[in-house]
Amino acid sequence: MTQTNEPLLRVDDLTMMYGDRVGCKDVSFELRPGEVLGIVGESGSGKSTLLRSISAQQEPTKGTVEYQTRIDGICDVYQMSEAQRRLLMRTDWAFVHQNPRDGLRMNVSAGANIGERLMAIGDRHYGNIRSDADSWLGKVEIASERLDDLPSTFSGGMQQRLQIARNLVTSPRLVFMDEPTGGLDVSVQARLLDLLRGLVHDLNLAVIIVTHDLAVARLLSHRLMVMQQGKVIEHGLTDQVLDDPQHAYTQLLVSSILQN
Amino acid sequence: MEQTVKNPADGTSAYNFAYLDEQTKRMIRRALLKAVAIPGYQVPFAGREMPMPYGWGTGGVQVTAAVIGPNDTLKVIDQGADDTTNAVSIRQFFAKTAQVATTEKTAEASIIQTRHRIPEKELREDQVLVYQVPIPEPLRFLEPRETETRKMHALEEYGLMHVKLYEDIARHGHIATTYAYPVMVDDRYVMDPSPTPKFDNPKMNDMAALQLFGAGREKRIYALPPYTKVKSLDFEDHPFDVQTWEDECGMCGARDSYLDEVILDDQGNRMFVCSDTDYCAERQEAGHRGPQHHDQPLGSADRGKAAQ
Repeated sequence: MTQTNEPLLRVDDLTMMYGDRVGCKDVSFELRPGEVLGIVGESGSGKSTLLRSISAQQEPTKGTVEYQTRIDGICDVYQMSEAQRRLLMRTDWAFVHQNPRDGLRMNVSAGANIGERLMAIGDRHYGNIRSDADSWLGKVEIASERLDDLPSTFSGGMQQRLQIARNLVTSPRLVFMDEPTGGLDVSVQARLLDLLRGLVHDLNLAVIIVTHDLAVARLLSHRLMVMQQGKVIEHGLTDQVLDDPQHAYTQLLVSSILQN
Repeated sequence: MEQTVKNPADGTSAYNFAYLDEQTKRMIRRALLKAVAIPGYQVPFAGREMPMPYGWGTGGVQVTAAVIGPNDTLKVIDQGADDTTNAVSIRQFFAKTAQVATTEKTAEASIIQTRHRIPEKELREDQVLVYQVPIPEPLRFLEPRETETRKMHALEEYGLMHVKLYEDIARHGHIATTYAYPVMVDDRYVMDPSPTPKFDNPKMNDMAALQLFGAGREKRIYALPPYTKVKSLDFEDHPFDVQTWEDECGMCGARDSYLDEVILDDQGNRMFVCSDTDYCAERQEAGHRGPQHHDQPLGSADRGKAAQ
């Protein structure tokens, strides 16, 4: 495992305006390889806007997003050519949607879903693609015999795990997750979180995870950013932020969870 | 160049030459030139309403109308046959509106409009093959967004095409796509060869004749200039191959042509016959006989010998 002090991602002064309204404002942070950053806040606080801007899906009004590419070193993702950016998005990056239907192809089999990224980067050997897909199915705890089944025959939790496998097959270094456990029941959430934590650790993934669920944030993330009305109001180590919140809003957020 | 067809009743002009007006033909020719310049690229064009329903070859008819001249000889085939409704009516359409000579002989035609097949006889440099295309976008069934498929073509993102082939092998054990089998043109664009059987894909590669594709409903034109590299997509461990038949043509005994299956009764009897009617007729004229030819009693001992 190679650990460097070079940041993998550097976000500087990012602002996204929707006309006069603020999407997110003046957000800056760095992310190092293997680091998990949680972004929490109530709905409408700009979490998803921020995630879209960082993940090159929506160009921000102001500010830069720089990424440490494998070949060319640090690059501004919005200055790259579209071809480069799309290549980056389907090889070195991954995006896990809240609704697995947004991230899966529902009309092709699980194996084809996992194999798509491999074929997109030029893999042309059916046997190899299939065995890779099969081994990834195992890693996300789906039985091998479901390899040729359509995702629509899968349960919600399985679809979410399939989406994760499909994204991780090209060994990305940075994964964006938008409420990955939303819409799943509590026991399935717990298993998914367990699985994610294992994968993040084993593959040394850097993750930016957006959630409104503080329990998810506590379990997965090393660092936490709390957002309110488009601004980052508190930023620090997860334990620190959750156990000793400084900002009034963070205190409210933390105290609003049922304590046992 | 203004050419008109006179109305025989009163001598006034009934149609402009080849039905379309000159401006429209010029517009289509511009699209064709662009298509030839960028092999496999789908060029949008302002497709006109034609006096036939979409799906009956409105795209092919417009392309033919734009390239046909008074000295051309037209052949029209549908499923390889010259005598099916669609082929007959399109042939009559041009005989009436352009007063061109028509033929059923592949060798005599200068323009061949086709729905599915490429004639078995090798085409020459002085011939043009016009395809009627229903859905020009090979990525359509996997990616419904037009904006996205255009981007994929622009950036050569063709992984998705292999997802379809992967899915075929996963479900059927082999690539079960038998028609509209996707091809890579000139190492650049993935192209849908229209609903031609994959049997004809190898003929597209390095063909001497100019190949033009017209999709009327979708309003797209694309082309393969003569001697263009056309490669069918496949996997390293599942290479592309064409259909084969154990039988020979029942009429002419051909073993190298694309055969249609004909059900003879409800007792399970069937026969195979060349899909290319001109090829079959020419072979029969040359004395070749298949087992079901009426000159040849069924079960004759020397079946197929005439084909030697």
